[in-house]
Amino acid sequence: MIQLSWTSIRASKSYLIPGIILLIVLIILAALPTFGSKYSIIFLSTIYMYIVLTTSWVMFSGPTRQISLATAVFFGIGIYVAAILGMHLPLVVMVLIGGLTSAVMALLVGGLTLRLKGVYFTIFTFGLLELIKNLLNWYEVTFTGTRGRFVVVVDNNAIYLYMLAIVVLTLLTAFLIRRSKYGLALQSIGEQEEAAAHIGINVTLMKVSAFAISAFFMGAAGAVMATRWTYIDPFMAFNMNYSFTPVLMAIFGGAGQLGGVVLGAIFFAYLEQILITKYPYYYMLIFGIVMVVSILYLPNGLAGVFQKWRLRTVGGGNAHS
Amino acid sequence: MPILEGQGVTKYFGGLAAVSDVDFHVDQGEIVGLIGPNGAGKTTLFGLISAALVPNSGTIKFKGENITGLKPHIICRMGLARTFQSVKVFPDMPVISNVTLGVHFGSRQKVTSAQAAQQATRLLEFVDLSGRATVPAKDLTLVNQKMLEVARALATKPEIILLDEIMAGLNSTEIAQSMELVSKIRAQGITIFMIEHVMKAIMSVCDRIMVLDHGKKIAEGTPQEIATSKTVVEVYLGE
Repeated sequence: MIQLSWTSIRASKSYLIPGIILLIVLIILAALPTFGSKYSIIFLSTIYMYIVLTTSWVMFSGPTRQISLATAVFFGIGIYVAAILGMHLPLVVMVLIGGLTSAVMALLVGGLTLRLKGVYFTIFTFGLLELIKNLLNWYEVTFTGTRGRFVVVVDNNAIYLYMLAIVVLTLLTAFLIRRSKYGLALQSIGEQEEAAAHIGINVTLMKVSAFAISAFFMGAAGAVMATRWTYIDPFMAFNMNYSFTPVLMAIFGGAGQLGGVVLGAIFFAYLEQILITKYPYYYMLIFGIVMVVSILYLPNGLAGVFQKWRLRTVGGGNAHS
Repeated sequence: MPILEGQGVTKYFGGLAAVSDVDFHVDQGEIVGLIGPNGAGKTTLFGLISAALVPNSGTIKFKGENITGLKPHIICRMGLARTFQSVKVFPDMPVISNVTLGVHFGSRQKVTSAQAAQQATRLLEFVDLSGRATVPAKDLTLVNQKMLEVARALATKPEIILLDEIMAGLNSTEIAQSMELVSKIRAQGITIFMIEHVMKAIMSVCDRIMVLDHGKKIAEGTPQEIATSKTVVEVYLGE
């Protein structure tokens, strides 16, 4: 017991300074709507969206090493939930329902397909996106006679604050999972699934629940972001870019560390903004080049570069990755 | 009373019977050896017992309970642990975490992370890997990875452990050490069922030996009986 309390004191000490810095940053970000420009509010909301999508993607695909391309599915479900329920319900409830619907969908899909390994799982998740997108389109055309819906618009500051709250919750969840024995178990599944099962880890339960938790945040983000677009249709809501971009951001930033994931999301969101506004014709081309270069020269992403640099200056005190 | 028991256990891979109508039993506290030429079905039988594979027919009982068809993690938590012939450590994790995971998930007991770390440290001492606790498991030699698998299996607090060729590729000093390790495991009250090709080791450490050939049990008995059995010698030397 003495040893336990000692380690917890030491642990709390080592988190104290970064904790205070994070808190200050958070307070400034939360106060931004009172003094920031409208542009910065909207742009930061987009960055928050990418941070949530990338972090929650890494939550599942990072440790288990099963590459999911279903991000856009869960994000899109959140968007549609907001579009359908937006007229009647306050935003908080909508966010919760959006998240929960996505999580339930992930439980169903995960239960059925997480036994698929490697590229088969990836292709399935991609197929799921196309299936849902076209199913919804067919439904709307044949039954409601429309395509797409209007979404109740919420003011930009509210969107901003909601997204900030979801970012904080997503990062906190990811951090806690990483540090817990469940995070370690997920990691062991990614490294050697058969052995994990034989030391008592319920592999299916672990994978499906991690998949559902990550889907919850994707859906919640979708429900908020939907209110920014006045009109949505299946092809906007279930856009495959929302599946691919988080993967690129995670690889670029370095999926091994949360800081890297956030950095990657910020960098790419910024790059996307600049390229789309200044060089719309070269946008995808430059995006692709950055990607190829980072895979070739930054195998552990930006976080890997920082770590190497820190190890060199500090002298490699703790080489824990 | 047998702690582990199988009746008519059969497994087909395509048309080939890898394990065919095998009856076996392991008594509480025993060390039972499983030998046979390559491809005899030994590892397949271990796979069937630990539920990595599902038998086509036959039943397997553990502590009197039918465990056929249960999931591997359930069987592990009931008290049956195993190691793998082709090592399956968690390569990128520190050695100690490999073992802590076993402590946390392998038994029904709840432990705090401090207790888990303590138990894991003790197990690493037990298999003589204390000095390497923080290196990634993939940086261990193959021999040490096998020892790590033993520690990880023991971390699940088993009543019986299935050891699949932990002595393969070891030199004679190391073989002597792992024979001692096997005796130390038994001294803790854990029953052992082991596959081994090192005859010297299996003959001296086992109470009883089972011989498989082409998926069938062809002999069973004390080490002396097996060493002098005509059928066994025929199978190994081709007469």
